[in-house]
Amino acid sequence: MKDLISITDLTINELQQLIDTAQDIISNPDKYCEKCKRKKLATLFFEPSTRTRLSFEAAMLELGGNVIGFSEASSSSASKGESVADTAQTISCYADIIAMRHPKEGAPLVAASAASIPVINAGDGGHNHPTQTLTDLLTIYREKGRLTNLKIGFCGDLKFGRTVHSLITAMSRYEGNSFVLISPEELRVPSYIKTDVLQKNGLPYKETDNWEDMADLDILYMTRVQRERFFNEADYLRLRDVFILTMDKLADAKEDLCIMHPLPRVNEIERAVDNDKRACYFKQVLNGKYIRMALILKLLGIE
Amino acid sequence: MTIDSIINGIVLDHITAGKSMEIYKVLELSKLDCSVAIIKNAVSKKEGHKDIIKIDSLIDINLDVLGYIDPGVTVNVVKDGKIAEKRHLSLPETVTGVITCKNPRCITSVEQELPHVFRLTDREKGVYRCVYCEAKAKAEA
Repeated sequence: MKDLISITDLTINELQQLIDTAQDIISNPDKYCEKCKRKKLATLFFEPSTRTRLSFEAAMLELGGNVIGFSEASSSSASKGESVADTAQTISCYADIIAMRHPKEGAPLVAASAASIPVINAGDGGHNHPTQTLTDLLTIYREKGRLTNLKIGFCGDLKFGRTVHSLITAMSRYEGNSFVLISPEELRVPSYIKTDVLQKNGLPYKETDNWEDMADLDILYMTRVQRERFFNEADYLRLRDVFILTMDKLADAKEDLCIMHPLPRVNEIERAVDNDKRACYFKQVLNGKYIRMALILKLLGIE
Repeated sequence: MTIDSIINGIVLDHITAGKSMEIYKVLELSKLDCSVAIIKNAVSKKEGHKDIIKIDSLIDINLDVLGYIDPGVTVNVVKDGKIAEKRHLSLPETVTGVITCKNPRCITSVEQELPHVFRLTDREKGVYRCVYCEAKAKAEA
């Protein structure tokens, strides 16, 4: 029985199988609408997350399955002090698969050890969010037809952005990719990503605090620059507008640039960009549902 | 000073000088009924000084824990007055119940009866990370 706790739990072949399945689901939805009949997904969300939770629930319902669960810790016995391990063992009696989001890092791993059904990590604190990475990979694959030989720009909060770390780690496993890391000095990518991922795999990367490389990018992955991370308001205000994506910044960008954002966004992508054909972030939302459908099928061992 | 030779037991040799009490504690040697000798600051040809622990009984030693605390230790298994087995240690792949995760955001800070497990992620630099949150363990003194 397999779980998905971190994106590295999946081999390159398994990732490709998931992408292929998701593509087939998109093309032939009727073929899948009863695959999970009489199966139940338990969404155990110890902290709120409407987007991820609803995406999992929609995925299971579209597979013909059912959903049970809770959307915050206060509506479960966690509020009485019940352990994650006991919760997982209990839910194993009611459901066939679990999707768990928890504020404490490593909680889904504890659940996976205790449960007798597969566990999907739907986000553990600031640690991992592997289904977001799957969503991002499917989006890149659908837009570019490949996951290799791409120049990928990451912009915004690269220090605390776990989706950034996870996507860099995932894309580092494919050949020919290079990275442009655009952020203020204070929010640079952590050194362990540079040493353990980029340098270890011999991948070219550049750190910068401007948009000079826009014309070379195949993908631009935007994240929110969070006010609360800055040491003082003056620095935040000084940098806030540098990292907002506006239409004029796209003037030199490639015609087939793919602009992504894990959402929710605040002001880092101006609304006008939404109408540009290169905006992929709402397609990402839809892709998230399909890749989660593929993932549920795989973990339940359903063809 | 002279301590009798062991007939059947274990000798932990080449312990880094000063680490023997830590090893005594972690291996829970105080719970043993047999004789245990700790020799502090014995002369060592290689390192100048070393500690030695002699245990007068063939007990099971947790080699993983020992390998983590002091990988230079040599474990000599003595039978009938002779060294029957000599084991050199290396950094273990995982260490359980020895290092405590200090990350307040880690599940180990709230979940009851969850052992703290650390995995070796960089053998060259001796870096251990919590299996739950991947935070680095603080370096051993």
